Amino acid sequence: MVILEIDKISKSFGSVVANKDISLTLNQGEILALLGENGAGKTTLMNILFGQYSADSGQIKAWGKVLPAQSTDAALKAGIGMVHQHFTLAENMTVLENVMLGTQSLLSWRTDTQAARAKIANICQSMNLSIDVDLYVADLSIGERQGVEILKALYRDAKILILDEPTAVLTPQEVEGLFEMLRSMQKSGLSVIIISHKLDEILAISQNIVVLRQGQQVAQVATATVDRGELAELIVGKKVPEPINHQLAPGEPVLHLEKVNLFKSSSEKYQLTNINLLLRERQIIGIAGVSGNGQRELAAVISGVLKINSGKFEILQQDARKLSIKQLTKLQVARIPEDRHSAGIVGDMSVWENLMLEDLGANPCWRSGFLINTSAAKARAEQLIEKFDIRCANMNMPAKLLSGGNIQKLILARNFQLSPKLVLANQPVRGLDEGAISFVHQQLLDAKAGGSGVLLISEDLDELLRLSDFVQVMHDGKLSKAYPREVLTPKLLGILMSGGQLDSADHAADLATRSQYHAV
Amino acid sequence: MQFEAREHTPVAFLLIVPLVAVLCSMLLASLLIIWAGQSPLQGFALIFKGAFGSSFAITETLAKTTPLIFTGLAAAVAFKAKFWNIGGEGQLYCGALAVTWLGTGIVDLPPILMIPFLILVGMIAGATILMLPVFLKNQLKVDEVVTTLLLNFIILLFVGYCLEGPLKDPMSMGWPQAAPIIDSGIFPTLIERSRLHLGLIFALLAAVIIWAIFRFTLWGFEIRAQGLNATASHHAGINSNWTIFKVALLSGGLAGLAGVSEVAGLKGYLTLDISPGYGYTGIAVAMLANLHPIGVVFSALFLASIFVGADFMGRSIGVPNFIADIMVASSVLCILIGLLLCKYRIRFNSSRLKQVIS
Repeated sequence: MVILEIDKISKSFGSVVANKDISLTLNQGEILALLGENGAGKTTLMNILFGQYSADSGQIKAWGKVLPAQSTDAALKAGIGMVHQHFTLAENMTVLENVMLGTQSLLSWRTDTQAARAKIANICQSMNLSIDVDLYVADLSIGERQGVEILKALYRDAKILILDEPTAVLTPQEVEGLFEMLRSMQKSGLSVIIISHKLDEILAISQNIVVLRQGQQVAQVATATVDRGELAELIVGKKVPEPINHQLAPGEPVLHLEKVNLFKSSSEKYQLTNINLLLRERQIIGIAGVSGNGQRELAAVISGVLKINSGKFEILQQDARKLSIKQLTKLQVARIPEDRHSAGIVGDMSVWENLMLEDLGANPCWRSGFLINTSAAKARAEQLIEKFDIRCANMNMPAKLLSGGNIQKLILARNFQLSPKLVLANQPVRGLDEGAISFVHQQLLDAKAGGSGVLLISEDLDELLRLSDFVQVMHDGKLSKAYPREVLTPKLLGILMSGGQLDSADHAADLATRSQYHAV
Repeated sequence: MQFEAREHTPVAFLLIVPLVAVLCSMLLASLLIIWAGQSPLQGFALIFKGAFGSSFAITETLAKTTPLIFTGLAAAVAFKAKFWNIGGEGQLYCGALAVTWLGTGIVDLPPILMIPFLILVGMIAGATILMLPVFLKNQLKVDEVVTTLLLNFIILLFVGYCLEGPLKDPMSMGWPQAAPIIDSGIFPTLIERSRLHLGLIFALLAAVIIWAIFRFTLWGFEIRAQGLNATASHHAGINSNWTIFKVALLSGGLAGLAGVSEVAGLKGYLTLDISPGYGYTGIAVAMLANLHPIGVVFSALFLASIFVGADFMGRSIGVPNFIADIMVASSVLCILIGLLLCKYRIRFNSSRLKQVIS
């Protein structure tokens, strides 16, 4: 039964066409995937559906009735619930309070928590979701917070759930949990529209796929009839090269950590215990782990933001314990921060100014004494924009208007024009689309081939296994030994990530299946 | 009604917004003038006449503009780095106190050296007193809004004590005022028989220098980056404590300079009322100029003309001159709203309006 009909929706922002004549239908109990590069118009379409924008033309029918334009109320009443990519939870309130927030009449004297609890328990049971509603949201993991977001929508009797990149911040285990939940929701008759960049996940969970490109609908296909490569091609509009990591002879050590400890302090939640790591030239070491196990602290130590309490910490065979961030950049350490929006760019500054943010101390070409040579800076920006294919209207536009992929290219441009000796890439492709991922990966591999050592911190196991020469796993502030990529599988990594040890029998069995797989 | 983020803010907006804000505040003020039983047109005509109607009026307005440029720049520089220095008033008095201490006879140099010496002394004094809040912020994360604000009252009480005690001029017939600055330290007047003095030139020069610092130097770039996104600038290697320290030196120095210019330029000696809140008004000046150093000159001129003009109006037709304060306050509010509209546009939901109507 068709419950939602989007009919010829168009929307432009100024001269930019975000959506052009997009039509799709959603059946009851269907999981529909919406795919497309950044800026293809997915989020705009969903915002129109949810009543946050009004379409220039076209209409939306839910349950056979036309939805009034730009009315979130009407969308909610029609049973449409949206879970945004960035959570909208109040951390200082409990799960129960978050779920009830906004559903109570302002005029009532007391809140009826009893009924709410019963209703939530009911939903949780049918959705296979276990959550303690009296916990504060601040104490929940990211995966659990996502559960609360979905719970919030279901509590408002959502029949159609829109998930905007729900897996972008989740670990593999949490993704599996989410999908379990989605499947049981599907069984009970709910419909889901899921927006994602991760093709494997889309192939695993959805029944139908709609692909948008530059605001236009390029395909609506049944998931069973396409494979990963075809999808990637549909999204980008051309074949996407998949960068390949070639083994190279490693050179001198570029990063050496030995028995490094970082104690807990008021500002840092986690500690690092006895970290050992040796990274050489022409080598990529991947750091796997469930988010929040100390990867952030490790990255902060290596990028000079945090100072360690004890141990040996050398960069390019120099003692790096006391080096300032500027000294690190002078040593040609490239750092790609985890949160590119808040730590990578100054959004309100222009693109060209952001391009000079990082080699401040290194006597770059645009600097004469304490003066900035604007024309030299702009000339250099122009070169970098071309070389790194940063797509922007002009270099004077504020950097915050760039898409995620282009912001990452900007950060890469700034870091890689130094021809780095050590690259610290923390979640370098999180939330990026296929084209941008391929670009970033190629840059990392090129850096390796050019003689750098690359430390790749990621939660995407496929990425780690594809790019790394060795993988080390972080759990509870401790780092495992380095395993060569050849002996690892996602399953083995999963065991290490949850704090387990590799049983030799386990290992052998898994390796056997792996060699079989290779033989086939 | 919804707010939608604007992708581009037209440059013209940034120029028009202050003007519209001023017009709005005049509209509000005219309601009050009507309430006081006078015609707003006549009121504004008198304000204008009081501020610009004669060469005397013009020099008075410019003399009042001078300290406001200094304190406005002090606030603008600090706010650019999101360092909320509310202590301009206290730093002004520190500068004034320092020139009184060293300018009343202890040091005697020819004018060509004495004036720069006093300027330096005043700037150092204003900057030094700001180091305490900076230390507390950088080392202990104490909010500077509280410390700089409270320091104002401490300094004012200390100045009061000095004027009644150690610095009291024995020739003052009992008035709480300090000895006059020696002749070689007095700023020459720009126009004969007026109170307009060399301080104005220094203020204009300061505005241009600050503008150039932000526009052309690495330091200005770092200050702006830090103010706009402290996390990213920290990650990029800009030392935030060091930036705050430098910003505070500049901001405190400028506010101290306002004190120097009032004592050595306008009045000749220190009293407890050399500043009717210039330090606080400087914040309004900076906000009205959207923190632009050159804009500060114009917003200082505007506010000074309102103050001088409203005094004149008060004397002429008996409308209370508090109207000046209301105009200043309302114009700052209007500009804040205007700047919000530069970033967001308001969408009225026409379809829902229609629903409501039908």
